[in-house]
Amino acid sequence: MIAIVDYKAGNLTSVKLAFDALGIETVKTCDPEVVRNATHVVFPGVGAAKSAMENLEKLKLVDAIKEAALTKPFLGICLGMQILFEESEEDGGVKTLGILPGKVKRFPNIKGVKVPHIGWNEDYYFVHSYFAPIIPETTIKCCYAEKEFTAALKRGTLTAAQFHPEKSGRLGLEFLKEWATC
Amino acid sequence: MLTKRVIPCLDVKGGKVTKGVKFKNNVELGDPVELAVKYSEGGADELVVYDITASAERRPIDIKMVEAVARAIRIPFAVGGGISSVEDMERVILAGAEKVSVNSLAVKNPSIISEGAKAFGRQCIVLGMDPVKSEKCPSGYEITTRGFREFTGMDAVEWAKKAADLGAGEIVVNSVDADGTKAGFNLEITRLIAEAVDIPVVASGGAGKPSHLVEVFQKAAADAAIIAGMIHSGEYTIKEIKAEMAQSGVPTRLRW
Repeated sequence: MIAIVDYKAGNLTSVKLAFDALGIETVKTCDPEVVRNATHVVFPGVGAAKSAMENLEKLKLVDAIKEAALTKPFLGICLGMQILFEESEEDGGVKTLGILPGKVKRFPNIKGVKVPHIGWNEDYYFVHSYFAPIIPETTIKCCYAEKEFTAALKRGTLTAAQFHPEKSGRLGLEFLKEWATC
Repeated sequence: MLTKRVIPCLDVKGGKVTKGVKFKNNVELGDPVELAVKYSEGGADELVVYDITASAERRPIDIKMVEAVARAIRIPFAVGGGISSVEDMERVILAGAEKVSVNSLAVKNPSIISEGAKAFGRQCIVLGMDPVKSEKCPSGYEITTRGFREFTGMDAVEWAKKAADLGAGEIVVNSVDADGTKAGFNLEITRLIAEAVDIPVVASGGAGKPSHLVEVFQKAAADAAIIAGMIHSGEYTIKEIKAEMAQSGVPTRLRW
């Protein structure tokens, strides 16, 4: 069973609908036990790092997420990728899960460059103001506001994407299908 | 490279997509879900769905329609019309829309922008504006509301800056003068707004042929452009529009 972690950080409807479209069953949950028992875990997220971390702590999901990220097919999406890193510049600095090395930073202010980075880049749909560093596990690199950042990465059973595969058309669905059937 | 977005607009009235000129004389075009699927499969980068009679009929947005669209397509879409509170925004977002568009409501109650941004993140909040040429305002453009029916005395550029400060994630500049004319976007007001704010700006109103999109991206610094009549009529396909953009050197998504 694929568990989609519902930690009140943004809307999960579109993630669930994308798996529905693939005919893949999923369950939305905020229960650490369900996360522990799932075969696959999707960790989505939209919004701010600080409130996301607070919600994870409140729901006692931190340990279950860390364990799942290291032991089973796990997919972090957008903020759900960013908070896998050590820390984020967001909200004056937030310590995050620390599963991946490095710091998430805000795109710099450059005249004529709009932030958030909204739209299609490298054939996938992005919406974000903060970006994750390039690490050895980065599989898709992307560039915006003169910064190169991780658009997707894979480390062992852990997959993560800055873009929204659930909103990236046919190529996004293929990305989700490949992950779910791995 | 970040591509310039092409966004078909579906104006829904009585459950059907319609198209009018300057918000009048609407004709029926078909089922919103069918058209949403057709355009998303045809290469649209995003969609915008307006429930154009919700406000006038003083009823909330048609949530069943939003859910049906969300179920049917795998690209982002924004929804507008009939939004009168943060609770209404939440319903639309939970139904599966990425973005909520506010227009007249935000003029009357600007704090809806900051409340929405705080609750859902600024990327969810789109400010729609209907500026019209006017000598009364310093920028030369005045904000109108309720589909061009009311003049507000507000300067379009000042309002754009204020909305961005309040937390809007994107601004749709719908030129009332150009709307439905198919004579091209209003480059002047699009550029004025695009240069005044550091959030993405979407041009709307007046698209009649592919070169109009090329023009608004190259000359008016738009990040995205809304199209309606030119594809609803079957005159052009999104593929044709994007081919011309690519040929003119405008970055566009060609694989879908």
